[in-house]
Amino acid sequence: MEDKDMKNKDTVIKCDSVYKIFGPNAEKMLEQNSGHVDPKVFQKKGCIVGVNNASFEVGKGERLVVMGLSGSGKSTLLRCISRLTEATAGKIYIDGQDLLALKGKEIIELRRSKMGMVFQSFALLPHKTVLENIAFPLQIKGIKTSESIDKALEMVKLVGLEGRENYFPRELSGGQQQRVGIARSLAVEPDIWFLDEPFSALDPLIRKEMQDEFLRLQSSLKKTIMFVTHDFDEALKLADRIAIMKDGIIEQLDSPANIVLNPATEYVKKFTQEVPREKVLKIESVMDERNDEKNLSDFTVSKDAIIETVAEKILGQEKSVAVIDDNNNAVGIINSEKIIRILFGKNKSE
Amino acid sequence: MNIINKYPKAFQWSFLLLVFFGLCFAIDVPENYKFIRAQAEHTKFDGQTEFNFIGITVRYIEYNFLWRIPPLFGWLPIWVNDGMFFLLNDWLPIEFWDADVEKYKTRPLVLQITRVISASILFLIEFIREILIGGLKTVVALTSWDWIDENPWAELPGIPWTIVTAGTVILSYKLSGKALAIFSFITMVYISVFGQWEPSMQTLSFILVAAPVSFILGLSLGILAYKSKSVEKSLYPILLVMQTMPQYAVLVPAMVLFGIGDHSAAIITIVVATPPMILLTLLGLRGVSPEVIEAGKMSGCNNFQLLFNVLIPTARRDILIGVNQVIMVCLSMAVIAAFIGAKGLGWNLLLALNRLNIGLALEAGICISLIAVLLDKMSLAWANKQTDYFGNLTFFERHKYGLFFIGAALIGLILTYIGSLYFKEGYNYLSEVPHNKGISTAEFWNRGVDWIWDTFFYPLKIFNTWLIQDVLQPMRAAYLRMPVVATFVLVMGAGYIIGGIRSALIVGGLTLFIALSPWWDRALVTAYMATFGVIISSIIGITVGTLCAQNKYSAKFILAICDIFQTFPSFVYLIPVMMLFGVTDTSVLIAVVVYATIPATRYTVEGLRSIPPAIHDAGSMSGVNSLQRIFTIDFPLAFPHIMLGINQTVVFALFMVIIGAFIGTEDLGQYILKALSDLKGGGKGLILGICVAFIGLVADNLIRTWAEKRKKELGYAD
Ligand SMILES: Nc1ncnc2c1ncn2[C@@H]1O[C@H](COP(=O)(O)OP(=O)(O)OP(=O)(O)O)[C@@H](O)[C@H]1O
Ligand SMILES: [Mg+2]
Repeated sequence: MEDKDMKNKDTVIKCDSVYKIFGPNAEKMLEQNSGHVDPKVFQKKGCIVGVNNASFEVGKGERLVVMGLSGSGKSTLLRCISRLTEATAGKIYIDGQDLLALKGKEIIELRRSKMGMVFQSFALLPHKTVLENIAFPLQIKGIKTSESIDKALEMVKLVGLEGRENYFPRELSGGQQQRVGIARSLAVEPDIWFLDEPFSALDPLIRKEMQDEFLRLQSSLKKTIMFVTHDFDEALKLADRIAIMKDGIIEQLDSPANIVLNPATEYVKKFTQEVPREKVLKIESVMDERNDEKNLSDFTVSKDAIIETVAEKILGQEKSVAVIDDNNNAVGIINSEKIIRILFGKNKSE
Repeated sequence: MNIINKYPKAFQWSFLLLVFFGLCFAIDVPENYKFIRAQAEHTKFDGQTEFNFIGITVRYIEYNFLWRIPPLFGWLPIWVNDGMFFLLNDWLPIEFWDADVEKYKTRPLVLQITRVISASILFLIEFIREILIGGLKTVVALTSWDWIDENPWAELPGIPWTIVTAGTVILSYKLSGKALAIFSFITMVYISVFGQWEPSMQTLSFILVAAPVSFILGLSLGILAYKSKSVEKSLYPILLVMQTMPQYAVLVPAMVLFGIGDHSAAIITIVVATPPMILLTLLGLRGVSPEVIEAGKMSGCNNFQLLFNVLIPTARRDILIGVNQVIMVCLSMAVIAAFIGAKGLGWNLLLALNRLNIGLALEAGICISLIAVLLDKMSLAWANKQTDYFGNLTFFERHKYGLFFIGAALIGLILTYIGSLYFKEGYNYLSEVPHNKGISTAEFWNRGVDWIWDTFFYPLKIFNTWLIQDVLQPMRAAYLRMPVVATFVLVMGAGYIIGGIRSALIVGGLTLFIALSPWWDRALVTAYMATFGVIISSIIGITVGTLCAQNKYSAKFILAICDIFQTFPSFVYLIPVMMLFGVTDTSVLIAVVVYATIPATRYTVEGLRSIPPAIHDAGSMSGVNSLQRIFTIDFPLAFPHIMLGINQTVVFALFMVIIGAFIGTEDLGQYILKALSDLKGGGKGLILGICVAFIGLVADNLIRTWAEKRKKELGYAD
């Protein structure tokens, strides 16, 4: 399941056969079955499987999106890595440090310095103002009031909530509340950023706005991110890699294009069937590699661009468009006819 | 058959009633049965049998088991009492260092513990009291009598009322602004001018100890119960009983354990005020969403920070209601605890009521109520206070309230000094208006009472006689005429229909305890008075509530009124009714009705106002008029909540019925009151209290089970 590109980057999060099983005797049952977990068998004995044998790595600055249907164990996986729940078995390493061996004080220290989390229902403290909410993790750390307020003001600006510092959460819209949640999770400048369905409670327009905001923030912050969602569009838009979970098992962990083009299991195939190709595929995978055509438009596209994002522009050109690589060398061409075929004629697109 | 299948519940109920009335008519009153008096006392009568239980002789009249169950628990109060005395006087003697005589002394452990608790509480009360009105006990406690004889200057002078008033007003202003400041000014001036300063400060000193201790104790126990299931499980039944137990009942055991005086009054107040605080803390903490807790953890909170920075502030709403309750209980206990020697307003109120000096009682009552409302509002404002991080404040701005207070204190001191020059002889009115030396309106009120009596004597008497002869007596007779089997069938049957076998067993068990006690007839009288009160209160409360809920402003208004009335100590309600109806059952019942109407009204308004507007809109779209809307939409939806109000009404009514014993009724309360003046009455008082609590719990169980079921059917998540 490992991605080749990631090998040379630093690994920040590493999970090794992580299990999380709820219920009494979970550990004993796991031992008896020597790691082979069948949810149905376990359920009969009163155990619910949350995460089932998860192994993966997340590199520095990478955005890993975890997807799956409700109850597939996404939140549980995230909770294990932030130690909000204790994993039943397995190893988790954060920056090479054995997470599960950490004691109470050390784990608090780790959270104070390295981790930030955004919650689906915002989870703001109702009795604190926007500013106080954002300054909260800093004050918990023991930073002086004036300093933490200064830092919080900076965060307020970052998420664009100027002028609302003294509002209470109940006086804010959902999108604004989540901005506070984001600001709070970023206030301690964590390296690792967990987001558990941060935008699910928002309406589509605000959600899109928040996604763009997220990308904007990430482009400057470059955090290591685990992002949970069950919206495929969101995953495609935000992910470097996607992990698809079912009943606690990570069915496939790969780049968006690979997941769509080469589903590893039937489940993933079904899951991705409805996904429009143009949202996943890059220009590179559909261009003609001919270089002979001379009658080209002035407009060029990058070979790494997702088709959907440039489709409109290409359709607007009368002539064919040159595809270029990072060094501005033409590597192929593409024309509107081809784009139309991809957009509207599903089967002929490859 | 079809009808039965269609309305199974209605059929069950009518079948139950049929059996009930059948039993009532089928079982005759045994010939030698004497209502009420014969049964409860342990005196010799014709046809009495005795049995021996662990050395205690219990006598009872032999009669039909279907009619009355013999008081097999007759030994229980005696046993409880003996147990208490044994613990106190004989159990586990241990050597203690006695500082007074500088020697080791042998003393039973429990006695020593109660002494230490008493002494420390008393010290706190005296300390606060002497700051407020002067005295020398605190200084003595820290030094010795000899020392104070040599250094008479060390006696605390007491703060002049002007300074206390200024301090209170400034604090009120700082906490909440002009309105509260004006109110606190009126309150303090009223207290002073009417010569109630000393008793008020005595009451206040006792509350200022009892309330914080109850708050801290309740909060900590609530937190413990939240953290540990087993603590919760062991606390819960005690809390339930304590909530429905009349406050009178705990007085006697407290007297036995802690003696008489302010300290035992404070202790008893703490015992009574802590349970609601625990329950509300628990409720609040339970309500904190798991994500908020996780957010706290991810912010790097350790357990301590999580508790104090996340959990408690998030649960603040419920905890605040708890604080409110604590203050309310404290003030109502200020009167009740006067029975075991709490000095202050409560004592004066009782004295005045005893002498039927309604005017004086009214003044003291108003004082207590004003203090209650003031403390209530101040504690709320304090809890809602916000910090301002902005603005560069100058030194003056930051400390302006402190500076104001220092200024006011200086002026107060100067006034006091001038006063001491001016009022050369007698009292310095600018330092303290002595008790009974202020303005008094007592005469006026007393004349008013006389006037009412003279003018309305006949109408009032006619009403009174009518109520007693045509309503109360028959109702009472009907209750007493009920054979014990019939009562069980009714109560357990209702339990079964509402909540299944489990409910039936709980309710039956509670009733059985009362039936086995020697006070079944008294309990029936208590139940009849409470029932009467609850019926009338519910009718009034639901009607008024419904009318007021139609409009946002009237709803707010009536809720505010309920708030204020609820803050009045229960005893205060007796004053006006005694003005009108004198010392009769009618007075008690009217006080019951007034007092118990508050929760009925409040819950009705809340229930009706909390119906989602979308449902109203849907109703309007299907063309209902407003009357139809009330009956087809509002009531069915709000009914579970209203029923919870009725539940509260039952508890309130029971409390007032018991307090009414002070005026003279023939129910359990009368016996509790008697037990008060009997040093051996501790066990009796406690068991009587438990009996009353169980009556309340029977109603509570039935109503709550029903309301919860109904809520689930309506699809409310609780
Ligand atoms: N505290 C718990 N005790 C028992 N079972 C739990 C607990 N928390 C989660 N589970 C179970 O673990 C499974 C995975 O839950 P999880 O919350 O991780 O799902 P999810 O993928 O985040 O779903 P959603 O999209 O609805 O948030 C579910 O079957 C759930 O019932
Ligand atoms: Mg989830």
